This record gives sequence, structure tokens and C-alpha cells, in this order.
Amino acid sequence: MSAVSLFLTSRWGPVITGISVGVLAPLLVFWGNPGNMGICVVCFTRDIAGALGFHRAGVAQYIRPEIIGFVLGALVAALVFKEFKPRTGSAPLVRFILGMFAVFGALVFLGCPWRAYLRLSGGDWNAIFGILGLVVGIGIGILFLRRGFSLGRNRPAPKAVGWVMPVIMVVLLVILVVEPQFGRDAEGKLTGPIFFSTTGPGSQHAPLIISLVVVLFIGFLAQRSRFCTVGAVRDAILLRDSRLLYGLLALIVAAFVTNLILGQFHAGFANQPVAHTNGWWNFGGMVLAGLAFTLAGGCPGRQMFLSGEGDADSAMFISGMLVGAGVAHTYNMASTAAGPGVFVPFIVVTGIVVCAVIGLTMREARV
Amino acid sequence: MSANKIVDARGLSCPQPAMMARQAIQKMDKGTVEVLVDSDTARENVSRLAKSAGWTVSVEDQPDDSSRIVLKK
Repeated sequence: MSAVSLFLTSRWGPVITGISVGVLAPLLVFWGNPGNMGICVVCFTRDIAGALGFHRAGVAQYIRPEIIGFVLGALVAALVFKEFKPRTGSAPLVRFILGMFAVFGALVFLGCPWRAYLRLSGGDWNAIFGILGLVVGIGIGILFLRRGFSLGRNRPAPKAVGWVMPVIMVVLLVILVVEPQFGRDAEGKLTGPIFFSTTGPGSQHAPLIISLVVVLFIGFLAQRSRFCTVGAVRDAILLRDSRLLYGLLALIVAAFVTNLILGQFHAGFANQPVAHTNGWWNFGGMVLAGLAFTLAGGCPGRQMFLSGEGDADSAMFISGMLVGAGVAHTYNMASTAAGPGVFVPFIVVTGIVVCAVIGLTMREARV
Repeated sequence: MSANKIVDARGLSCPQPAMMARQAIQKMDKGTVEVLVDSDTARENVSRLAKSAGWTVSVEDQPDDSSRIVLKK
């Protein structure tokens, strides 16, 4: 087991993780997930927000086991390799806000960095604008890091703190299996408090057991290899360290090949699944997301894996994502396949300003 | 310049421990840099970065679950 761990923490770890994601994510689409959405951490968080009734976009409501598996897979790896270290105290409120704005940006593009690369490898050329925006956003974040930006130090916390997010995930899993329906709508039909889409992307999903096993495996690998789709670009630029970048490139190549084999590669801009063709806002949305993820220290997947290790600050970021997804869909700030929502320009500009203020003002406070 | 320097990166999240260690070794031709970290990710990142810059790396586990990484050149 320790040999496996050594291998995964070596230079090859991210490559193995990237290949695994690149093969398994298109397979999840093949097994029932929405197009080019084998894994999308933001979309799936948004679906969970919808299932819990935080927004009423009827086509985006499902408790995605992929999110649950990410956290629990990382938890298992952290427990096995004695890396479960509960910690908190590094500007949790700011991380919550960054989580909200990261989701606002990603829901303009319609995908987190994971899905941006998966969309690219499925032939969705709109993703090129999103990825360019992501790189620009990460670049702006690096400028703040070089100027001394820091969210401050965390501190070791009681074990119970580290268990909060894993327990929430277990509760979500129970809700997903039980599907409690004890509310009544105006016509007296059973409804809520948990909502599941009957049409649209929220209704498309691979069988529960398959999704869960796949993402438990990915969560385990990613915790060991420190896989991060934002850190990959950040470390290559900032530290001239390409370890994570090779993992990202492996993901794109493996997903491209797998999509070709499965007949899921369709090149073009128009008629791509769960996507719109507005290049400007695809770019702008991901500038905001890339900046927010960089300031928070990693992509949404990495935040899930860290929360599985007991990092309660990452758990706050995820909580911000959940609330942000509810807000975005309630106030028309998210895009749909038809195009950007009414308030997209407002929220992207506001978000970049808010992140810039955070980037300029947050410094390590002297103790 | 040859000197000894201590970098305390405990409690900081990515990429700050690696950035701080990189800044410290870039300012020195040779000497000893001690980097204190308390996450395995930071320990791996700092060690890898220092090795690729030609520094020798030794890691000592501390009683409080943190690590003291000694970089020498």
C-alpha cells in the first residue's frame, strides 16, 4: 500500500489520476450523465442545490453522487495514509464568498475547469474561450499572490470539525437513496422537500452505484496525487513546476481518445450539449472563476478532496459554492443552453471587482 | 551569499509554502534554509522544488505533527 502511495505522490501520480478521469468521465456520460458532463464539480453542486430546493430551476435538480464520492474517496485515502488533519481558521468567510463567486463565473460558462477540459476533449470548441478565460483568471490570481496575497494560516482543529463535511455527504447519500417526499404542492401531490428533475440535464445520470464507485476511486487517487486542475496551470506559471500540468494534459488526451472510441466526439461550436455559443461571456465567466479558484488555493475538485482530509476552510468554500448556485439560478445570473442570463454581465464584472478587492486587501495578519 | 534562514510556512495553503521556499533559495547561492510546514502536500512541493534547484533535502518529523525540511547547498 505504501508503494502505491509513493507512486501516486511521485511525478506519475497526477498523470495516472488524469488518465483515470479522462477515461472514466466520458464513460459516465456513456452510462447516462449529461453530454460532456461526466464530471462537473460546479454543475453537480448546482444540481444538489436544486435538489435541496435552494433554487427552482426544474431541469437542474439531483443529488449527484459524484460530489459525495469525491469527498468520501479523499476521506478514505486520508484516513488510510494518516493525512486526516482537521484544520480551520484561514479566513473562512472570505473563502465562502470566493466559493460563491467562483460558481457565478463557472455557471456563466456552464462548467467548472474539469468540465471545461472535458468539453474540449468532446469537441465543444466553445470551451476554448472558457479555458482561455480560466488561464487569464489564474494569471490575475498569480499577480495577487506575487504581491503578497494570503488568506492567512489555518490551525489544527478538533477531530469533529474535520468530520462535518464527510457527515454531510453521508446524509446527502441517504437522502439520495431514500428520496423523501413529504411535502404537498398546490394540487395536493407529493413533492419535496427534496426535488429531482424529471426532464433536462438534472434527470440524466449514470446508475448510482457506478457513479459512486467511479468517483470514490477518483477521490482516492486525487487525494494522494494532489490533483488540481487550477493548480496545474498556476504551478507551471508561478513555480515552473509542471507536475500537475502533465496530469491535466493526460486528462485531456485520455478523454479525447475515450470520446472518439465511444462515438461521443462531435467537433463544432453549435448544438453542443449543455453549452451556449457566446464566446465573450464564456471567456469572461471563466476569468472570474479562475481568479476565485486561484485565490482560494485550488479548483473545486481539489476543494472537495481537501474537505475530505478535514480542511474545514475548503468545506466553507464548498458551502459558498452551494449557496452561490442557488443564488445564480434564482436571480438569472447563470447561463442556459439558450445563452447567458440577464444579469450575467452584472455578476461577472461585480465578481471580478470583488475578487480584486480580496486579492489586494488580504495579507497575512501579524499575530 | 551564504547564510542560514528559517521559513515558517505552517498553516499556509497552496501555493504559498512553495513560493516562500523558492524565494528563500533564490536569494542564496549556498547555505542552509529550514522550512517548517504542517501539510504533506507542502512538504512534497517544497522538497521537489528544492531538489530541482540543486539543493539537498532532509525532512525531520516534529512532535507536533509538522515537518522541518532542511535544505542545504
